[in-house]
Amino acid sequence: MDFIYHVEGGDFTNAGSTSSEVKRMLKKLGVSPEIVKRTVVALYEAEVNIVAHAYRGDISVNLDSDKIHIVLADEGPGIPNVDWAMQKGNSTASPKVREMGFGAGMGLPNIKNNSDELNIQTEVGKGTTIDFVNYFNK
Amino acid sequence: MAVEDFHHALKFKQDLCIGCSHCTGVCPTGAIHVEDGHPVMNPNRCVDCGRCYQACPVNAIYIEQDDFQTVIDCKYPVLLLPSIFISQFEDKIKEKTILSVLYHMGFKHVFEVEKSVDFIKDEMVKTVEETNGFKPIISTFCPAIVRLIQVRFPVLVPNLYMLKPPLDLTAIYIRKLLIDEDNIPAEDIGIFYVTPCAAKIAAIKSPATDEESSVTKVINMNFLYNKVMRVIKQGEYKLCEDSRTRYHRLTKASLNFTLTGGEVSMLKNGRNLAIDGIHNVTDFLEKLEDEDIQDIDYLELRACDESCAGGILCANNRFLMAERQRKRMQKSPDEIDAEDNDLLNYTSYLAEHKKVLGKVEPRSMEKMDDNMAIAMQKMRKAFEINQNLPQVDCRICGYQSCKALSEAVVNGQAEVAQCIFVQRALEHSEKISQLEALRINTKIWGTKKNDPTIAKNLNL
Repeated sequence: MDFIYHVEGGDFTNAGSTSSEVKRMLKKLGVSPEIVKRTVVALYEAEVNIVAHAYRGDISVNLDSDKIHIVLADEGPGIPNVDWAMQKGNSTASPKVREMGFGAGMGLPNIKNNSDELNIQTEVGKGTTIDFVNYFNK
Repeated sequence: MAVEDFHHALKFKQDLCIGCSHCTGVCPTGAIHVEDGHPVMNPNRCVDCGRCYQACPVNAIYIEQDDFQTVIDCKYPVLLLPSIFISQFEDKIKEKTILSVLYHMGFKHVFEVEKSVDFIKDEMVKTVEETNGFKPIISTFCPAIVRLIQVRFPVLVPNLYMLKPPLDLTAIYIRKLLIDEDNIPAEDIGIFYVTPCAAKIAAIKSPATDEESSVTKVINMNFLYNKVMRVIKQGEYKLCEDSRTRYHRLTKASLNFTLTGGEVSMLKNGRNLAIDGIHNVTDFLEKLEDEDIQDIDYLELRACDESCAGGILCANNRFLMAERQRKRMQKSPDEIDAEDNDLLNYTSYLAEHKKVLGKVEPRSMEKMDDNMAIAMQKMRKAFEINQNLPQVDCRICGYQSCKALSEAVVNGQAEVAQCIFVQRALEHSEKISQLEALRINTKIWGTKKNDPTIAKNLNL
């Protein structure tokens, strides 16, 4: 089953609606609570990244009876150094933003921890594509 | 736990039911659909919150209780009374009068349920401050909420707080007290709990874990209220002057516990929230499950609006009851010692029994099939059906929503032509006859609502 959801950059009020929708589907499928949680955490984090940093993005969800494959493709600033950003604590957030408690550098590491396969493609000035898969029977 | 193990106190009286489907519409877990003009409840989904009971315009839903004769037959009956019971009565009816009437009914003692709050208080504060793992800790005070989490939010089951609620702890203390101090044989003791709601009955009759409840029998609060009121109005009672001193004044915190914010107000540190009303709770838990809400330490969740003052078996308006309860709080002490609450002499015994034994199991009713491949097929099919339904959620099909109908169709429990819009389209394209359409509607709503003479009666 394939679904596409559109995400608008800056629309914080609706951030998280895709993960909510996906969560409902996984429950109907009978996926274990732990894997539902992992998937929701990874997707929510990635979805909020689009809202916070990109102009707009599309989330395509491919649901199968043994796995879920999610691709989040955005038009946005891109990530200059992915390897660096993948490390816990590294963040490009300004001191001002950090003072408010954001930009702890947990975003990408959190997605990695909660997905089975992760692939990030990014081009500075163009956008980022985050592609991850979670398996239901591990 | 097998399906038949889930006890539900909510029952339908088919002869009174007018088949209006209001109950179907309000159910927070979509547990009710209509067949042959009457509601059918899915026992796996129902959480005993009682919204259907409140919505029913003809009182066709009732709450099963134990026969009052069991009090008379019991050798040593004691009453376990929630403090909110007293707040049902007008101010001019004194607490002493109410208690006197209850003693005359044959109860040896009356104990307040919230006696154990003085013990729970410190335990709660300690647990919330010391827990680092699963946060927020979710209160297990309201049994409808525990069931809601099991059924709809299985991800959150590990967050449930495994400290026994006041009802169980007080019942444990009573049993110990009567055996140890009064030398009453265990088999003679009957602990009768007065319940403000259906969920507590369900929790006593089939607890969320394998641990048995210490409560012997349950009496509905409105039933006992009526009984007491009648005696008072007829003046057939004498004030008790005896030494049944086990009924004491409660502390402010104990009286407050039963109201919204009662648990949270005891916690001084951290971020703690109190939410009442099952639909509000559901919305919040959806967000919590989506990871949208973080860093909350404690959640006090109650199924009824105004918490237990809004219990479906309360005899009076919930706002008036809450107000009376608060007024009583003003006159009650902040702290109490063992002299005024002998339960505090049993703290070490209670500490041994404070934890809920066994495990609360998630029992998600959301999944479409045990086999994931089949669930996938069903989901796809249901999605396709739902896309063609009107999304009016009119319930004419007998189900709560278009989505619910499409799921019932793929599970072989309903036919898609139950949708009135689909039915009209099929009639229009001559795929089904008028007679067939009438048959479908009769299957849902019974013969009376589909009687062709209705038109004649309306002079049409």
